Amino acid sequence: MNVKEGLLYSESHEWVKVEGKNAWIGISDHAQHALGSVVFIELPKIGALFKKGDAMGAVESVKAASDVYTPVSGKILDVNKALEGSPEMLNDDPYGAWIVKLELSNEAELKTLLNAKDYQPLCEE
Amino acid sequence: MKETVLHDKHLALNAKMIEYAGFHMPVSYAGIGEEHLAVRTGMGIFDVSHMGEFLVEGKVALSFVNRLVTNMITEDVTKVTYSLMCDEKGFVVDDLLVYVINAQKILLVVNAGNIDKDFAWVELQSKAFDVAVRNLSDEFGQVAIQGPLVKEHIHEIMGETGQDLGFMTYKVIPYGSGHVIFSRTGYTGEDGFEVYGKPEFIRDIWDKAIAIGVIPCGLGARDTLRFEANLPLYGHEISDTINPVEAGLNFAVKLEKDFIGRDALVAYKEHPTRKVVGIELLERNIPRHGYPVLKDDRVIGVVTTGYLLPTLTTPVACALIDIAYSEIGTELFVQIRNNKVPAKVRNRKFYTKKYNK
Repeated sequence: MNVKEGLLYSESHEWVKVEGKNAWIGISDHAQHALGSVVFIELPKIGALFKKGDAMGAVESVKAASDVYTPVSGKILDVNKALEGSPEMLNDDPYGAWIVKLELSNEAELKTLLNAKDYQPLCEE
Repeated sequence: MKETVLHDKHLALNAKMIEYAGFHMPVSYAGIGEEHLAVRTGMGIFDVSHMGEFLVEGKVALSFVNRLVTNMITEDVTKVTYSLMCDEKGFVVDDLLVYVINAQKILLVVNAGNIDKDFAWVELQSKAFDVAVRNLSDEFGQVAIQGPLVKEHIHEIMGETGQDLGFMTYKVIPYGSGHVIFSRTGYTGEDGFEVYGKPEFIRDIWDKAIAIGVIPCGLGARDTLRFEANLPLYGHEISDTINPVEAGLNFAVKLEKDFIGRDALVAYKEHPTRKVVGIELLERNIPRHGYPVLKDDRVIGVVTTGYLLPTLTTPVACALIDIAYSEIGTELFVQIRNNKVPAKVRNRKFYTKKYNK
């Protein structure tokens, strides 16, 4: 399973890419592989506020629905609308297919996330 | 966890495995969508060795089975009959296939998840009859080979064309050093065969099928296919709290004969309160088993099975709802996470079955 360097990861298999006060969030290669072909995504509303650990949306394969949790608290600035028409992008390019862009409300939370090296072992279960 | 006789073959094919009904089973190999389409347009093979097989033997075997199950079982030794077993309240103990080997020897094929419960029930009911019931589930392997191209290729696997078999008929044929049950049945809505036999024969049949290009299919596609073909699944459209009339299975319930649960079903039919209906969502989302169905803000039912099927762009479901809202076209909502998604009642014919009549 591919774990991309330079991103932060949650134990629930989301990735976070930080630029200043903003973060892009997606699901890891391990997560998309475990899920199988994604056929539907439910995105949050722009402007919605979430706390770290909240379910902010869902990704679904034919067989199962999985909540997507936000690994950091903040306000949704943008959502990747293209995924609604082409949810398979989450399988094809999990680190390119960002789900939301969020304004961080508590940058200290970033310290609770894992770097690529520490996340790797969680993908080997 | 139990393993079927084909377990090592699933691992060798790198299947995604899950626990199902106490068995370590393949949920998919290449992907549910690909497997679903293989069965709709070509050929697929399923390991269904987890299914349970009971043998009822005795002079009054036929009378006993007719008391036990809701459908009419005759002495016809070529026929396979889909039926239900109900409790005294008319709720479903299980659905099953009945194979009459002869009037004194009848095979019941039950769901894997219900084997222990069913065997206890059948044994209990058999006490009033001079019959012996044996649970042979561990001695049988079973595969289902399904799809429109199966009839052209089945002889390459089985050495038999099966052209003398119509849908829901069977025969016992020689295979290897013994015999297998060769049955024109299935759970996909396509033409095809199910084969029951000793583990070594079933392993051999699996290998031959894979060798000629039959696509291995897992439990994921088995469920999307059966749902699309409007075939019920125990624990979803039927259960120990849902009766067969509610589930729309009247074709398999012969109220003119005596069977366990008959009186309750006759009474229920006078005043029905619930019905399993088809539903389609008016927005893209996926209605899944257990999601509440609402009329305005009131819960009037629950989704029994739902999918965004590989073959349809509209998300569809079956739901058990208050019969007052069961008319085709009735507008409802399905509660999906935090959203009330608009839906409407439709027929359950998501696919036209392609059986060999």
